[in-house]
Amino acid sequence: MSTAEDIVTEAPAVEAVPKRAMTLGFGTSLVVLAVLILVPLFVKNFIIFQLTMLLIYALAVLALNILTGGSGQFSLGQSAFYAVGAYTSAILMEHVGMNYALTLPIAGIVCFGFGFLFGQPALRLSGVYLALATFALATAMPQLLKLGYFEHWTGGVQGLVVTKPDAPELLQAMASWFHKSISQDMWLYYFTLAVGIAIYIASVNLLRSRSGRAFMAIRDNEIAASAMGVDVALYKTLAFGVSAGITGVAGGLGAIAVQFVAPDGYTITLAIQLFLGMVVGGVGWLPGSIVGSAFIIFVPNIAESFSKGLSGAVFGVLLFLVIFLVPHGARQVAIVAQQLIGKLKKN
Amino acid sequence: MLSRLRIAAAAAAAAAVAAFAVTSTAAFAQKKYDTGATDTEIKIGNIMPYSGPASAYGVIGKTEEAYFKMINDQGGINGRKVSFVSYDDAYSPPKAVEQVRKLAESDEVLVVFNPLGTPSNTAIQKYLNAKKIPQLFVATGATKWNDPKAFPWTIGWQPSYQSEAQIYAKWLMKEKPDAKVAILYQNDDFGKDYLKGTKDGFGAKAASTIIMEESYEVSEPSIDGHIVKIKAANPDVFLIYATPKFAAQAIKKTGELGWKPLQIVTNVSISVGSVMQPAGFENAQGVLSAAYAKDGTDPQWVTDPGMKKWSAFVDKYMPGADKTDNSVVYGYGAAQTLAKVLEMCGDDLTRANVMKQAASLKDFTPDTLLPGVKINTSATDFAPISQLQMQRFKGQKWELFGETISGDVAAE
Repeated sequence: MSTAEDIVTEAPAVEAVPKRAMTLGFGTSLVVLAVLILVPLFVKNFIIFQLTMLLIYALAVLALNILTGGSGQFSLGQSAFYAVGAYTSAILMEHVGMNYALTLPIAGIVCFGFGFLFGQPALRLSGVYLALATFALATAMPQLLKLGYFEHWTGGVQGLVVTKPDAPELLQAMASWFHKSISQDMWLYYFTLAVGIAIYIASVNLLRSRSGRAFMAIRDNEIAASAMGVDVALYKTLAFGVSAGITGVAGGLGAIAVQFVAPDGYTITLAIQLFLGMVVGGVGWLPGSIVGSAFIIFVPNIAESFSKGLSGAVFGVLLFLVIFLVPHGARQVAIVAQQLIGKLKKN
Repeated sequence: MLSRLRIAAAAAAAAAVAAFAVTSTAAFAQKKYDTGATDTEIKIGNIMPYSGPASAYGVIGKTEEAYFKMINDQGGINGRKVSFVSYDDAYSPPKAVEQVRKLAESDEVLVVFNPLGTPSNTAIQKYLNAKKIPQLFVATGATKWNDPKAFPWTIGWQPSYQSEAQIYAKWLMKEKPDAKVAILYQNDDFGKDYLKGTKDGFGAKAASTIIMEESYEVSEPSIDGHIVKIKAANPDVFLIYATPKFAAQAIKKTGELGWKPLQIVTNVSISVGSVMQPAGFENAQGVLSAAYAKDGTDPQWVTDPGMKKWSAFVDKYMPGADKTDNSVVYGYGAAQTLAKVLEMCGDDLTRANVMKQAASLKDFTPDTLLPGVKINTSATDFAPISQLQMQRFKGQKWELFGETISGDVAAE
């Protein structure tokens, strides 16, 4: 038993990240924001749709980052929270006829509750065991969604088709003054961007707050944290709840963007993709989420263009290269870039 | 590659403009194009699960690509080359939406042809219908694709699962009226469609005839436990609505238990190479099923002119491909149907006309369909293949018996 415990306590190999290093500088943030706002004005609707998915997955990766990078807990079950959020939004929109924007906070609250409750039993587990418990949740979710008992609401195996929202009439009227029109895709992109920025700022502030410091204290040393008076059980479950809540909002946005929810969309593959996105983006570095999200959306497409039959293998090689060359993901690249710029300035 | 195609397309467009300037306008007016079609090229889009849980079906996409390569080598369709653009959707609905939007908005294809899987097709149906892009000959047996009123841009191809299940129920009521039936089905849209079709087929007798319904999950490694449970209920007819791997397990386990019910296996799992052989030929004797296409490994088709063409195609354009894989037969038949439709379109390559021609196939018989099975469509019938023939496994091959049975199921 004691050896097992040793292994367990050694497992979380998450490096301590000073809290300043968890975010981007103010100037860089503005540049990224400007790019995100301007790009959709110049590209096709299809690319706008891809960018929307980029933001949505970035949100889900960010949520996982708060959990793993912030409080040091592993989760392979994020797809389950994503699915619950997606289904909550879809059911409220299609069966209740609620406005799409209103369904998102509800999806977030439902998932927060779900994650918080799941966090209770998960408290007893740590490291790989917690990862396995969440893995079980992710595997079970698609089947739960298929259950005949819920079929009236979930549409069972056939899923639910969601209506895509138009831009508000006021905005459309304003755009028509400039002889432009706002497509559904463009509207949804900016809507997602607004939600994403709000959640990003809230997350950054959360991690800088008392609660965030408690998360990180638990991550770095649980015993020391509890000695300092941190309610370990409460903050661990809280981290689960917050992470699940944000994932739920991402899931709701995903359902609206894809216009369809079905059990097959939320399998364990999604959970692994999100986990991958977090590692590639840099564990504990919130801006890395968008880089990680770009990796899981675009790299499979690049791999496919090399070879259709071997796309999985090519993807594996690319992933291996990234992990081998930059084990700390996008954060490492950003730090190197920062040092280079610093040197240039000195010269 | 892509940029070269673009240049080619641009050159073609320039040539078309030049031709317009030179030739009389009357001659030109007969040619009509939508996005994706020019004087020299027809662009076809497709999505397939090349990776992920259903990647075994990726062979269908590769077969279709090879088929259009053959068509192009033979001079194309009405002088136009077919450019077949196929992407991986990994059997995931969100990915399917992304890839189909890429096909429609970035590659600018004329039609989306033979996308595979019920979830993926459901996810893209609304988008394609709103954009008025044909969703041609979808590779799924769900019944809902035959709904021209609600979705005039979506059309099926293979017989629906429900109509096939009804055929079994009707056959059983006639041949074995006092049967005690147990059903093993996969717990997803595929299995549930069969379950519904069987119940509808038995009608009022369903409750008394079906004594057991047992479902399994695709994620289960083995379904032996379910078979033992079913045997304990002592039915005399065992319906196996399972995908190939599980169908092989079911037939094998039934044999190992020394249990001899009348077994009927779904058409999805009739491959000799990937189901009957792994199950063991001695266990598979007397198993029944229904078919609409010829089996690539069945010796009775060695001299069949259609299958000779198919075999020559595989040898030349897909060297090394596994001929026992039914997906190769499937992809060939579907691609041939599309080629026929494009040929019928002539010089009017608009999306509306493609849909119109796809809905006016009369007694068309691709090389790979069973004798007597014909493709018929109309403005109100969007279910191209709706005939099947019963068959019995004997020795190492299927033996057809009885007449082709039609099992059209109207959309709800």
